[in-house]
Amino acid sequence: MSDKKKELKPNTYKFDTLSLHAGYQPHKNAGSRQVPIYQTTSYLFDDVDHAAALFNLERGGHIYSRISNPTVGVLEERVASLEGGTAALATSSGMSAIFLAVMTLCEAGDHLVVSSQLYGGTVNLFRLTLPKFGIKCTFVKPRDTQGFKKAIQKNTKGIFGELVGNPGNEIMNMPEIAKIAHEAGIPLMVDATYQTPYLCKPFEHGADIVIHSLTKWMAGHGSSMAGILVEGGKFDWMQNDKFPTMTKPYEGYHGLSFAEEFGPTAFTMKARAEGMRDFGPCLSPQNAWNVLQGIETLSVRMKKHCSNAEEMVKYLMDHESVAWVSHPSVPDHPDHELAKKLLPNGRGSMIAFGIKGGKEAGVAFINNVKLASHLANVGDTRTLVIHPASGTHSQMDEATLKFAGLSHDMIRLSVGIEDIEDIKNDFEVGFRAARKPRLVSNQ
Amino acid sequence: MKFKVDNNEVYASTGGRPFDKKKPLIIFVHGSGLTHMTWVLQTRYFAFHGYNALAIDLPGHGLSGGESLKSIEEMADWVAAVIDAVGHKQASLVGHSQGCLVTVECTARYPNKIKTLSLMGGAGAIPMNPQLLSLAENNDPKAVDLMMDWAHGPAGHFGGHPVPGLYHINTGTMLAKSRTIQNTLGVDFRACDNYKNGFEAAKKIKCPTLSILATDDKMCPVKEGKKLASLIEGSQVDIIDNCGHMMLLEEADRVLTVLKKFITTNYPPLSS
Repeated sequence: MSDKKKELKPNTYKFDTLSLHAGYQPHKNAGSRQVPIYQTTSYLFDDVDHAAALFNLERGGHIYSRISNPTVGVLEERVASLEGGTAALATSSGMSAIFLAVMTLCEAGDHLVVSSQLYGGTVNLFRLTLPKFGIKCTFVKPRDTQGFKKAIQKNTKGIFGELVGNPGNEIMNMPEIAKIAHEAGIPLMVDATYQTPYLCKPFEHGADIVIHSLTKWMAGHGSSMAGILVEGGKFDWMQNDKFPTMTKPYEGYHGLSFAEEFGPTAFTMKARAEGMRDFGPCLSPQNAWNVLQGIETLSVRMKKHCSNAEEMVKYLMDHESVAWVSHPSVPDHPDHELAKKLLPNGRGSMIAFGIKGGKEAGVAFINNVKLASHLANVGDTRTLVIHPASGTHSQMDEATLKFAGLSHDMIRLSVGIEDIEDIKNDFEVGFRAARKPRLVSNQ
Repeated sequence: MKFKVDNNEVYASTGGRPFDKKKPLIIFVHGSGLTHMTWVLQTRYFAFHGYNALAIDLPGHGLSGGESLKSIEEMADWVAAVIDAVGHKQASLVGHSQGCLVTVECTARYPNKIKTLSLMGGAGAIPMNPQLLSLAENNDPKAVDLMMDWAHGPAGHFGGHPVPGLYHINTGTMLAKSRTIQNTLGVDFRACDNYKNGFEAAKKIKCPTLSILATDDKMCPVKEGKKLASLIEGSQVDIIDNCGHMMLLEEADRVLTVLKKFITTNYPPLSS
């Protein structure tokens, strides 16, 4: 009857359902409702033929847990599904995911264009470590969209950046930078750790490879290190001759051409077959399982993170001890409008603010808050604070600090999901100490 | 490898091994709007075990040139031309979905060329839902999303790809969206909808034939697959539980095991 007029709609599972179920089929795992932890190094072959088939990538399956593991595989599929990607590869940390992505893309003599506002460890990787492998980088300020175009050279193999820069909250104009990358025939790689796919799906805005430190909001509990790279599947590796390791026969697998054979999953297949085999930054099944527990509640947690962050922004902006506040929800934030477009479900829970009294006040504040934890992490369910100039970015010289948009009065706040009044009360203690550092330190 | 048919460049994956005229030929024919990449978990095995495994991109699809062919009959003739173009006299055919219509018609038209026929998610006719057909012909990406939804069984919707880290539905979606939808999926769907000769063609088939069907296949249900198989003399049927239309990915190992036994028995590989 009315069926003829009913508009057809795809009934594929939605985000919250995928967070709980994607990548796992209980009927293939003894009916176990929870994902089993496959705590094993290796897997039995049925016979010699089966072993050869697995090694030749003739069929799917597991050989050795450095390359793949069933528990880790569930995590990989789950994150790929949440991001809208074709494939994913989990690693031992976010840094190893970035390194693996770069080494899958580049070889000695290649060049990358990189956003200047990055986690300090990532800056060091691009500035100091990759040149040892013959890979050079040009840094561009994240808001300088045309600067990315100008920095592209003949040997440039990709653009890399954090969608929202660490710690200054500068947002890359991802759709425009993606256009620039694609006009040059190179992929855009985005570290979207701060957003998680709940806040932003970079593939919908032109990114080609997405990287996460799963240690942060994706897991949430702060118990486990993990990273992942996710492939969007749209980038055509065969459009030019820039990526011979993707398109030409690869000696390591009987002349396999990853792009021809695996198309929209070629990058991940190469990262696993070559990168995990040769570098080996594998994720332990226990940590994969721990991260899966976190992802189950991702959207619930992210809503609370974001609502608490917006409350904290209001609180800080009205506070007499605060010189400035940087968060994309602030109307005069330079990227406020861009944030609305790229982060429709919330602007994230990272706030940077300047404390009146400079470095000395910042130190007093950090030393006196009790509920907020002073540590080198972000994205925990608990509220975290750090003074970047003396912590995460302390290995930078003055000029690099300035280029990265850092100042000595800056405090980086990762807002947790505690009761908002308790966080504010804790900050009051810190601000009181900052106003009278000597008095408090004598108490 | 690349070669020409009707002056248009044709791309075919060789499963990672060089083409060798001495080896028996298996041609894999993909479904509507898709490409050779849907066969990666079948072709590589055969390529490494004494066969030329050619997963072709139909004209206008994947990496092949030309425009999409507008009828199943034209596609059937084109597949026969591929056998000639690569210098073989005979081949085994493996089809999925629309590829089953094509390979059934090809086998009926060219009985002397075809050694064995393997059908996955096949039926004698694939009438299209009018809304789905209209969406595809109007280049609406929703057509791909609907196809991927219906093509995967309930279990496949959760993922569980045999290759670690790959996610079925998004991979299929990217393949189907890799070229202009109306020029691939739209043309293919119309060709399927128009094709009426499947059951008559099936009656003419005399070569060994295998039908692999799946219990949760909404696009070509088991009932339709069995009906087609019943018309092919001596046809074998294998039914996979908990699996949808994309059986070649959802249950790749099972499909390969059944296919391997069937093809090696009826069309032995070149001994090394």
